[in-house]
Amino acid sequence: MYEKNGEKYYVVDAHVALWDGRESNLRNIHGKQFIDCFYDYHKNLSPEEVVWDYDTYTYYGGERLMRDLFDEGYVDHAIFQPAFLGDFYENGFGQTEEAWALTQAHSDKLTYNHNFDPRNEQAGLDQLRRDAERFGLKGVKLYTAEWHGRSRGYKLTDPWTYRYLEACEELGVKNIHIHKGPTIIPLDRDAFDVADVDAVATDFQGLNFVVEHVGLPRLEDFCWIATQETNVHAGLAVAMPFIHTRPRYFAQIIGELLYWVGEDKIQFSSDYAIWTPKWLIEKFVDFQIPEDMTEYAPLTVAQKKKILGLNAAKMYDLDVPAQLRLPEAEMAEPGLEVAAGAKESVFS
Amino acid sequence: MSAVATPAASPTTRTRGAGPRQGASLAHEVLEALATVMDPELDEPITGLGFVRSVALHPAGVTVHLRLPTSFCSPNFAYLMVSDAQDALRRVRGIGRVTVLLDDHHDSDKINAGIAADAGYLGTFGAEAEVGLDELRRTFQRKAHTAAMERCVMAALTAGSVRVEDLGRLTLADLPAGRTKEALLRRRTDIGLGVAPGERVLVDDHGEAVPDEELPLRLRLATSVRISIEGNAHFCRGLLATRYAGGDETAITTEITEITEITDTTSPTSTTRTTSTAPSVSHPRATRRPKLDPKD
Repeated sequence: MYEKNGEKYYVVDAHVALWDGRESNLRNIHGKQFIDCFYDYHKNLSPEEVVWDYDTYTYYGGERLMRDLFDEGYVDHAIFQPAFLGDFYENGFGQTEEAWALTQAHSDKLTYNHNFDPRNEQAGLDQLRRDAERFGLKGVKLYTAEWHGRSRGYKLTDPWTYRYLEACEELGVKNIHIHKGPTIIPLDRDAFDVADVDAVATDFQGLNFVVEHVGLPRLEDFCWIATQETNVHAGLAVAMPFIHTRPRYFAQIIGELLYWVGEDKIQFSSDYAIWTPKWLIEKFVDFQIPEDMTEYAPLTVAQKKKILGLNAAKMYDLDVPAQLRLPEAEMAEPGLEVAAGAKESVFS
Repeated sequence: MSAVATPAASPTTRTRGAGPRQGASLAHEVLEALATVMDPELDEPITGLGFVRSVALHPAGVTVHLRLPTSFCSPNFAYLMVSDAQDALRRVRGIGRVTVLLDDHHDSDKINAGIAADAGYLGTFGAEAEVGLDELRRTFQRKAHTAAMERCVMAALTAGSVRVEDLGRLTLADLPAGRTKEALLRRRTDIGLGVAPGERVLVDDHGEAVPDEELPLRLRLATSVRISIEGNAHFCRGLLATRYAGGDETAITTEITEITEITDTTSPTSTTRTTSTAPSVSHPRATRRPKLDPKD
């Protein structure tokens, strides 16, 4: 919980990881390139005083995670969104067993989402059923640019993905977090294109699709499909830290999202450990749209409360203490709230 | 690096042991050629983005190293930039052999080998490629046009020279001359739209007029396209600086090296090395090389 100026904010960090990018876990040069790329994101967009040294960054462990998120970071509940990356790391990138053990030890604070890869076909589908039972899955994290043998990406509209999503619907794994990356087959196409999210969101009305990085670097495509689909949500991973380095750009992102997607479908996340939540939350609560950007309305306290935690809490059925909730009237019923841009796009 | 040199365009026009002046002017031409290569996703020249790591002029030709903000930048865009750079350099008269290499990317080996062998996109990526990258390029040219159009329209609205309800009748002739308009005209040409003064400014990707009732929405969408492209460019610049210059964007430079063979073949080869700041120059700067005569 974070408190400022008499307002109390319930905080859900909807995208965190417990990874191992140490040399001992690298399968090849790409594992090194991947963690180095993450580290550059961290260094480039973090305030200087919260930059970690490289070794800590490659592996920080559960104790450090608990401290950064819950002791120092104001987070009430966090959701693991692990990337597998088995082609880059011997024991995978996201540490399943360690994260799961931590989740069991702190079930009030942590939710464990797992992942699947439709290219594992039937064996993977069977595994998904076992994983759903073992972890009590409410959600999965999908990285469509994951390398897998000779393949370097898949689409949500691939036939096998449909079978996995059907299983998710059946198993109550209702929150599908999608992370787009640079590769997809064939390479002719824009790998960041979110058109396949549009298709599955239409075909799986019982599932929520949270597009991580708010579709960046294709914010505009994401905003457009989010207006068309009531079950498409915006995950703020990667977009958040611009609040420090490029606050005017952050204002534009938030302004566009509020216009097109709406305040009930935007979720905060730090993308820990790429960034740590403490400074992001402090800055977000203090943040306001610059006065000269008259095209955007100022952010309200209620909007900040929804984005920082109440929206994700609703999606994950988390029990928010009564004093941290908004009056019922201010929380939209799922599917009923329509953003301004969505209204306009429908009626034009 | 196993770069295979490409055939010389017109090898005779460049004399061995060329004097510094001629070398400097060639370096200038090389940078000018590279400045025509755009990052298709960011709609900016690779020179201004700092993606040209080094240019080495040597008696046989030129070797250019490119770099990108991360190892995991999209390989299809990476390929396009390397391939476009090679094409642009081959058009420089008398340049000799052209070698373009992409550094530090997860597909560096694949792309460098494909470019060196003139294998084309399909030959470079094999089974991962299907038809070609023309449609991808076209998609981003359309986005670039949308963003350029939005900048012109917003400028006109801000200046008060047009009202929202009249936007549909805004023509190219109504736009004040300047860089913003020039940028729009270039993007229109890229996607095959006319540039006559009477052409409407606010059009769809195919040049069709937008119905009045759709104008506000169309403009709103165009704004999000522009914000997306600009934001990506900020992000890429920042990451490149973190990766190659300790986070200092002003310290991103293009290293220009010239190896001049001296007419007296017994003399050692002289190398001068200078650095030019890439991002700050819209017109790439040819370096003035300090005189360094090995005979002194």
